[in-house]
Amino acid sequence: MTHSPLESAVVFRLGTIAVTETVVTTWCLILALLITCLLLTRKLSIVPSDVQATVESLVGVIDEQLAGILNRDPVEFVPLVGTLFLFLVVANLAGIVPGVRAPTASIETPAALAVIVFFSVHYFGFRTRGVWGYLKGYLEPNPLLLPLNILSEFTRSFSLMMRLFGNIMSDELVLAIVVALAGLLVPIPFMAFEILVGLVQAYIFSVLTAVYIGGAIGSIEKQ
Amino acid sequence: MTVQMLSIIGAVVVVAVGSISPALAEGRAIAAAMDGIARQPESAGALSRTLFVGLAMIETMAIYCLVIALLLLFANPYAAR
Repeated sequence: MTHSPLESAVVFRLGTIAVTETVVTTWCLILALLITCLLLTRKLSIVPSDVQATVESLVGVIDEQLAGILNRDPVEFVPLVGTLFLFLVVANLAGIVPGVRAPTASIETPAALAVIVFFSVHYFGFRTRGVWGYLKGYLEPNPLLLPLNILSEFTRSFSLMMRLFGNIMSDELVLAIVVALAGLLVPIPFMAFEILVGLVQAYIFSVLTAVYIGGAIGSIEKQ
Repeated sequence: MTVQMLSIIGAVVVVAVGSISPALAEGRAIAAAMDGIARQPESAGALSRTLFVGLAMIETMAIYCLVIALLLLFANPYAAR
């Protein structure tokens, strides 16, 4: 157990840039998602086939959930939040496949996703409420709270990253310890639990993204 | 005692003590949400969504403890590498 969870193995080097196992896994997942989505949306028709109906109901659920959180038409936010959710489900569950480490179990992937969320929240805020309207939101409910409001922008992104990383990584760690202590068949309930945690964390990450966007565009109370 | 031993003890104390209050708080939050759902089953959707967001907020404290424990164990600036 001397291997640090904050580092990941280097597969090969591009010049001076070390390409880690995490990055390669992420590329494979992105490619797999891309091909699946292209195949699923190839022959769309008014009267849906079984596959199309399934995909449509999935997209419909995401739409509905977002509309419930944001209290408004979510059409411009579905691409970001829906993609985050689908990617996180695949990425968190990748750890189930033997020999594959979940990309979210090393700190780079959650950090990158948190940075994406951080900037898109401000982007949506500026676009929906205008520069002054959005910046004025930081002076509410009281101008004295300005430093705290700014600080909370950073801490909440940081905790978004650490929540995902901590949950997925600690699952992996627990699994490794159980395998080392007990051996065959005993880890199976823990692996089932890992599936549950992976799905719940993907959901929480997407819901929190939606809540932050809702706070930035002013459609819900700021958290 | 060396820095390594102190770090290990520190990490254990941080995780053990730091997870007490988030655990109690999450328990209370879930109990309250269960109560609400039992009284008004039709509001289960909105309640559980709010519950998830609230749990994530409460969990943040435990996550900060995890961060400190990980820093102590794997990125300790005082331990000679």
